[in-house]
Order: sequence, then structure tokens, then C-alpha cells
Amino acid sequence: MSLWYGLCDLLPLEMLRWEFMQNALLALLFMAPLFGLLSTMVVTGRMSFFSDALGHSAFTGIAIGAIFGMAAPLWAAVIFSVGFALLFSYVKSRSNQAADTLIGVFSSTAVALGIFVATLNGGSFTKYNQYLIGDILSITPSEIGLLALTLVCVLVFWGLCVNRLTLTAIHPQLASSRGIPVGLSQTLFVVAIAVVVTLSISSVGLLILNSLLVLPGASARNISRNLRQYHGFSVLFALAAGIGGLCVSYYTGCSAGAAISLILAIIFALTFTQRKRRA
Amino acid sequence: MNFLHHGGSCGHSCCLRVENLSVKIGTDPILTDINLHVHCGEMVALIGPNGAGKSTFLKTILGQREYSGIIAFSEPGQRSKKPRIGYVPQSPTFDPSDPVSVADLFACCMSKRPSFLGLSKQMRQTVSECLERVHAQELIDKRVGTLSGGELQRVLLALALEPMPNILILDEPLSGVDVEGMETLMDMLDEIRKTYDLSILMTTHDFSMLPRYADQVVLIDRSVRIQGKPDVVLSSDAFHQAFHMKGGCV
Repeated sequence: MSLWYGLCDLLPLEMLRWEFMQNALLALLFMAPLFGLLSTMVVTGRMSFFSDALGHSAFTGIAIGAIFGMAAPLWAAVIFSVGFALLFSYVKSRSNQAADTLIGVFSSTAVALGIFVATLNGGSFTKYNQYLIGDILSITPSEIGLLALTLVCVLVFWGLCVNRLTLTAIHPQLASSRGIPVGLSQTLFVVAIAVVVTLSISSVGLLILNSLLVLPGASARNISRNLRQYHGFSVLFALAAGIGGLCVSYYTGCSAGAAISLILAIIFALTFTQRKRRA
Repeated sequence: MNFLHHGGSCGHSCCLRVENLSVKIGTDPILTDINLHVHCGEMVALIGPNGAGKSTFLKTILGQREYSGIIAFSEPGQRSKKPRIGYVPQSPTFDPSDPVSVADLFACCMSKRPSFLGLSKQMRQTVSECLERVHAQELIDKRVGTLSGGELQRVLLALALEPMPNILILDEPLSGVDVEGMETLMDMLDEIRKTYDLSILMTTHDFSMLPRYADQVVLIDRSVRIQGKPDVVLSSDAFHQAFHMKGGCV
């Protein structure tokens, strides 16, 4: 971290004189590629609402972990989210119901369970607000380390599986005929999303998470002609919105997560106007 | 349940043998006691009314359905083995907004290099050669979701031919393709099976092309009703009953 702090001191930016801003910037530099990459597959695989539901399940996991006195409720949330994702995949593969219906069932159940557990015996909901709104400015070096480790794991996973995941997302039947284990690929991806969403929830917040998982990919789709551009633009937009949002937050005093999401929304609007120019 | 070794032989150089094949979904019998031989270089058309089990049969050959019976593939001097199968799915549709080029689609299927890094020069050359087989080199950079029905069929055909399969399976390749496109596609399939000596197994509802191109037509309606040369099958009572036709017009 001292190397990063030294580097920030060399930059002629007033906002980077504060250690919490230096931490937040570094966290965003790790989170932007993470969400940028995952966003491409979330959008291609039509899983926007699923990632939102996962955020709710993570919150429920945190509430359960806290009520049972776990020292690190975040890990309880990771376990709960992964279990939630696996159960959803299992039910989806054995049900004729539309995916969005099942997501609604799981999401509302997770929220209800989370609130039920959090408010048991007249408990206060206020202490869970950090997971709803998130606060990137209070991120600690150990949380940044966890994000960096998650990024490395996702990059390795992406390098090994992106071709299979893409083919599975765009045409499962074709993927199956090429010998790709479609069910396993889909399950691995939802587990990856579950872990990333849960680990990011305390710094980004439940309400903002989904926009980071959807908007970079959705914007990149507007102007990309191939997968290389798609991934490149998605990561670039996530980075630009992350850094831009942090600056806006510093100078206006608003929530960084909300500023990042709004910048992503503006990027989507701009790319939307350019969508017909692509081939 | 696998492509088992089976002692029987039909005397041809290579052969896909389907013997006593039955498929159930739950307790419902979808296919019963199907027997069929497909030899190298042959084009076999599966016909039958909607819901007859044609697509289920193809999925069973592809290994996507549980079955009882024997599916065996043999080549001269070799044990029966699992055949390499190329597959072109029915009415393949891709989201027009997917930023996936034809080159990307091939790379996802054939390359271990992550697609987001783009194609290596060698891979691009390979894709170009694959597309050349179906006269579609110009489509390499087009997005798959923007291709016409005929273009997409050619691209998926090129994909199914890499690596070169023993059996090429096409599920309703003529649906959604105009008359001119049908002739082009059937001419291409005819050329491919002769050039590479591979078997082609396809389902179709378009019978007009069959006398000209198919070696064998198999009428399926839960079980094989009749099989043989196109003119024999298309003029049979079983055919007219299956499609509620009067007279022999096809």
C-alpha cells in the first residue's frame, strides 16, 4: 500500500492527498475491470435480474451471519449467496417456469428472510444500511486486498472459460453439440457472480451493484462489433465511470456509488445514440 | 447408452447403425424401435409430421437424450467408435445485438485463446479457410445476429465441418431459407458429402428437394413407418397418411 500512497502523492490532484480517497481509487481500479468483464456475460446471458437477486441473497447471508454471532458475516454471505445461486440453477433446470418468474420467487424470498432475520426480537435494521447504500470511501486496505485477489481469480477464470461461457450464453444448444458442458459452465458463472457480488456489497452497496454489473456491458454492446471491442469498451466504461464518479463524489459530497452509476447511465445514453453506426 | 461396439456389420465401408432404438421422456415413449443404417457419402432425409420425434432422434444421436438400443459407428478395419458429429441446429437464431462476429463464433468453438484478446493470425486464417468451404469468406467480420437465414446456415455449416465430422446432422436446414437459398444449400451439401465422403442426416419438411438430392428417405412417426429411395417413400400410402395428402403431389 505504501507504494500506492507514494504514487498518489506524486500526482497533482488535491483529492488524492487524503488516504481514504487513495484507498477508494485503488479499490475502483480493481473493481472496474472486475465488473466490466462480468458485465459482458451478465448482459449476454440475460442475467441482469439474477445478479440483482444475488445481491439480495448476499444481504440475507450477512444478516444470518450477524444474528448467529459470526465474526465475519461477509463469509456467511458468500456461503449463502453461492448456495442461493446453486439452488436457483437447480430449480431453473428442472422447472418450466420462465427465468424472470423464478428470479422473482428467489429474490423476494431472500429479501423477506433477510429482513425477518435482521429484525428478530425487535432488532434494528439501521446497522445493515452500509450494505444497502455502500461506502467506497471507507474501504480498508484488507478489503482492497480481497478485491485484488478476487480480480486475479476472475481473470484466471475468464482466461480459461470465456469462450465456453460465451458460446453457452449465445446458443446453448450449439454449445452442447460442441461438447461443452452447458450446465456446468452456467453454474460456474453464477457462482463467480455470487462471490464477486457478495464481496463487493459492503463497499459498493446493494442498490448500486446491479448497475455496475449491467450498464458497462449494456453500453459496450451499443457500439461493439466483436467480442474484443465488447470486453474492451465494457472495462473502459467501468473504469471511466469509477474514476469519474469518485471525483464527482469528492467535489459534490454525494455518494460515490450513486455518482458512478449515474455516469454509467450517461455513457449508456451516449452510446445508445451511436448504436446505428456500427456494422 | 453409448456408441457401443456391436458385432454386426452391414458390408459398407463405414456405417452409422441404429438398432432397436427407443427413447422415453418420463414414461412417454417418444421413439420406439428405430432401425436405420446411414453409410458414408449418403444423404439421408428424416421426414415426418410435427411431433413425430425427428428432432428427438437427432438429439439422441448427438448424445443429448437417454435411450435404449444400439447406436454404433464403424469404419473398415476399426472397432466401433463414437463418431465425430457436426451439427447445425434448427432455426438457429442469435440476438441481433450480440457483439459476436462470425470470427468470434469460430474462435469460441475452436480456440483456447480467450476470445476477448481477438483472433491470432493463424486462427483467422483457419476461420477463413473454413468459411471458404461454404463460399462465405466475406462474412468473417459480420456479426452473427445480423446474418440472413441462408448466410447463417452456411456459417453454421462451415462450423460443423471443423473438425471434419464422420456424420453431419442438420435439423430443418431448409426452414426460413428462400427457394434459391435452398438450392444453393442443397448443392453445397451434395458437394460436401462427395468431397469429404461423410454421411449427412437431415430433417426436413420440404419434400421437393428430396428426389434430387437424398439417397434415402426415412418417414418417422414415433417409429419408422417406411424407408427407402425418395420416390418410393414419397409415393407410399404411409407418406400420404402421415401428411393427410391425397394423390402423389409433393
